Amino acid sequence: MSQPAPIRPPIRAAWQMRIDPRPFALPLVAIGLAELLALRFVPTDSFSLAAPHQIAVDFVRLLVDGTFLSRTLETLGAALAGLALGGLLGLALGVALGLSEVLDRVTSMTVEALRPVPPTALIPLSLLVFGFGLTMEIAIVAFTTIWPVLVLSRAAVRETEPRLMEVAKVMRMSFGRRLTRIVIPGAIPRIFVAFRLAAAIALIVAVTVEIVANPRGLGYGMMLSSQSLRPAASFAFLVWIAIVGWAFNQTLILLERRLFGDLSRAAR
Amino acid sequence: MSVALASDYSPEIAMDPVIHFSNVSLAIGGRHILKDINLDIARGEFVAIVGPSGCGKTTLLRLLAGLASPSSGSILLDGTPVRSPRQNVAVVFQDYGKALLPWRTASGNIALALEAMNVPRHQWPDRVAELLTVMGLEIDGDKRPGEMSGGMQQRLQIARCLAQQPSVLLMDEPFGALDAITRQVLQDEVLALAERTGMAVFFVTHDLEEAIYLGDRVVALSANPGRVARTFPVDLPQPRHQLTTREHPTFLELRHDLFSFIKGGAAK
Repeated sequence: MSQPAPIRPPIRAAWQMRIDPRPFALPLVAIGLAELLALRFVPTDSFSLAAPHQIAVDFVRLLVDGTFLSRTLETLGAALAGLALGGLLGLALGVALGLSEVLDRVTSMTVEALRPVPPTALIPLSLLVFGFGLTMEIAIVAFTTIWPVLVLSRAAVRETEPRLMEVAKVMRMSFGRRLTRIVIPGAIPRIFVAFRLAAAIALIVAVTVEIVANPRGLGYGMMLSSQSLRPAASFAFLVWIAIVGWAFNQTLILLERRLFGDLSRAAR
Repeated sequence: MSVALASDYSPEIAMDPVIHFSNVSLAIGGRHILKDINLDIARGEFVAIVGPSGCGKTTLLRLLAGLASPSSGSILLDGTPVRSPRQNVAVVFQDYGKALLPWRTASGNIALALEAMNVPRHQWPDRVAELLTVMGLEIDGDKRPGEMSGGMQQRLQIARCLAQQPSVLLMDEPFGALDAITRQVLQDEVLALAERTGMAVFFVTHDLEEAIYLGDRVVALSANPGRVARTFPVDLPQPRHQLTTREHPTFLELRHDLFSFIKGGAAK
């Protein structure tokens, strides 16, 4: 009568996987082409473009002298702090609105009106209220990340299996226990997806705020290189930001697979 | 001699019913789902409810479970009206896949009922082990429902219900989704369980043979509106046996009566 447990492929970290070389072909060809074009058309002292080898030189310099590291910590710090604040607020609101139809109806118009406000539009106001610095950046990231977490956790809570709620009723389970034993554990995998999406958004918003206004972090570093007419450094920052963004997202995906690879371990 | 007769009293006219339906009706939007249901169920009695689909069998069970309230009439359980779910009434749902917490192990699912009943935590391991053993799941405590066969999942749901130490067990087509062999095995187990614990069983099914095999009495409902059309006392020797009981002349006779009765009702 017993069935064997389903066989799952083992979860491996990115660096443990055998690397498929094919996806690297296109970027390598593009870089090679850019190098050829740059050698032909771009003067070495250009103020607008830089050859790949110049970018590589600046990249190594910025990596070695610690500029990348310190600026990355500033940006990630703001992004994560904003995500924590906005994500928790969004989660609390999302769970409450998912549970209470009345509350949802009362707030739905407000939520729909606030949700599409572009984060950049908050920069002037945020500058007035908080001034330059960490707080202002956190505030904008928090405001932006509330919404995806709210909407997805609200949907996750609302889709709790109705049969399970009946089982809870028949058992005369208290409201608090229904929430902590059934609703939240059932919604957790999707809540984590919400946080993963919000984390990607948080990083984008943090860098944007730094480029537009805030004199700190990776965005500002990129802006500074561009304003001091060093395109190679500016490009190097761009490459670094892409790497940070990719690593950040990979970490989250890996974490998600570890935790919810099978929908399990959550409660017991 | 009269004393002996009194103790052998037929359950339908038992003096001390554990469940007493009196003129129970349920109307939704002006349409009668159930009308004037009168039914007594004795302590320890096994009552099978049959009827065409849409006759309100499941609705009747839900009223008894306290998951819904009648529009008129009253349902007494141990002499007091049923208004909400009771500790000593447990429900086995047909869709075991939805009624179990997929992220908890078998043990964790049983613990849910113990927790809902505020059983002290240190008593859980012993109670869980005992209930797993009763349902023949003693080596499956660490499996999640997704790793168990349908029959095992339904056993688990029954084990969780037994945690409530019910005096009435409500079963809503519990074996409808199982294969024929598993169904027969579970039928015999539920009979033995009811015999041992002395609980009354309210067994909703659309399988007429199953109703006769299990029931001390088969109650046939008719549809539009749902009414108690007829009650068939089942005078078959205990314990039931999958071969001899089903070949017993009384069984065949009842089967004949019940089939033609239901068919006649459906043709109307």
